[in-house]
Amino acid sequence: MKKLFLIGLMISLSTKLFAQGYQIGDVATDFRLLNIDGNYLSMSDYEDIKGVVLIFSCNHCPFVVAYEDRMIELHNEYAPKGFPVLAINPNDTIAEPRDSFTKMIQRAEEKNFPFDYVIDADQTIYPQYGATHTPHVFLLEKVDDEFIVAYIGAIDDNARDASAVQERYLANAIDALLAGEEISRTITRAIGCTIKVRN
Amino acid sequence: MAIHKSAFLVFLLLFAFKSNAWDLEDYTEARVSVMDFDTFAPRMTKTNDSIYVINFWATWCAPCVREIPVFEQLHAQYKDQKVKVLLVSLDFPDHLESRVIPFIREHQLKSEVILLDDPDANRWIPLVNESWTGAIPATIIYSREFRDFYQKEFKFEELENIILPLL
Repeated sequence: MKKLFLIGLMISLSTKLFAQGYQIGDVATDFRLLNIDGNYLSMSDYEDIKGVVLIFSCNHCPFVVAYEDRMIELHNEYAPKGFPVLAINPNDTIAEPRDSFTKMIQRAEEKNFPFDYVIDADQTIYPQYGATHTPHVFLLEKVDDEFIVAYIGAIDDNARDASAVQERYLANAIDALLAGEEISRTITRAIGCTIKVRN
Repeated sequence: MAIHKSAFLVFLLLFAFKSNAWDLEDYTEARVSVMDFDTFAPRMTKTNDSIYVINFWATWCAPCVREIPVFEQLHAQYKDQKVKVLLVSLDFPDHLESRVIPFIREHQLKSEVILLDDPDANRWIPLVNESWTGAIPATIIYSREFRDFYQKEFKFEELENIILPLL
């Protein structure tokens, strides 16, 4: 009985230790990942930006699909102000074939994504960020040549219905950075699809 | 508006039939109560002598769907030992009739299912557990003496190893 309890305890501890990743103010790693245009892309490739709206995303997740139009709008609104959206697919494409690179290109064409969409093919980037689900946003401010984590979490407070949104968490955070003000809400949460790894 | 009306109707029907026994014989009668977080919340803090296993899932979530048989097996094996399984669907409420209820019928689910309809997830996710990022599947297990939260997909043995010492 005691042994069973210990096993249970170990399982619960291991799930808690898993919750790692960046905190607000941390320096986020850059990367070099394959983009849907066939080229490798790093955040440092963007010129004249103030930061990056990095969104862990994918093709299949209904919560991502519900947010795609809003991701496009965010890019169109904020890329000219120095904050382009960059979507990154962290899912293993064998565990979730609907998130394959080919299907990423297809989806980007269907929706006419104005933003870049890269694949974390060997799944080395998302654990460093501590991304756990899609969509999961990391708003990064470029300071000197480093990317500083400014906001982590949700796009807004209503995944299902864009017209019922009361608080645009992400847009408010970008607005605060642009205005040189403090971000009022630096961490929010939302339901999303677990990042898929191979069994 | 139509969604809310139908949700309310489902709610009324539930009360009308007072179907406390979820163990369904006839799956054409499958009904799911739809509730907001504040209505659901007391289900996470009961203080009787049962062991509660509350799993957050959705029909669109592949690992959740893969994990459902684990909870069904737990329910089947331990329901007589005061283990209560509650499956909390996070499907969109307009998919209740088109996806959730057909899923219950198709898989002949014996565990109780409710649908949590509360768009302000940022408010209620930390109230379920401070460490929850919002990824599903996620599961709470609690009794009077024990409480823990798991953001993971369970294998049956893992789940059983947590439950057994609580029996």
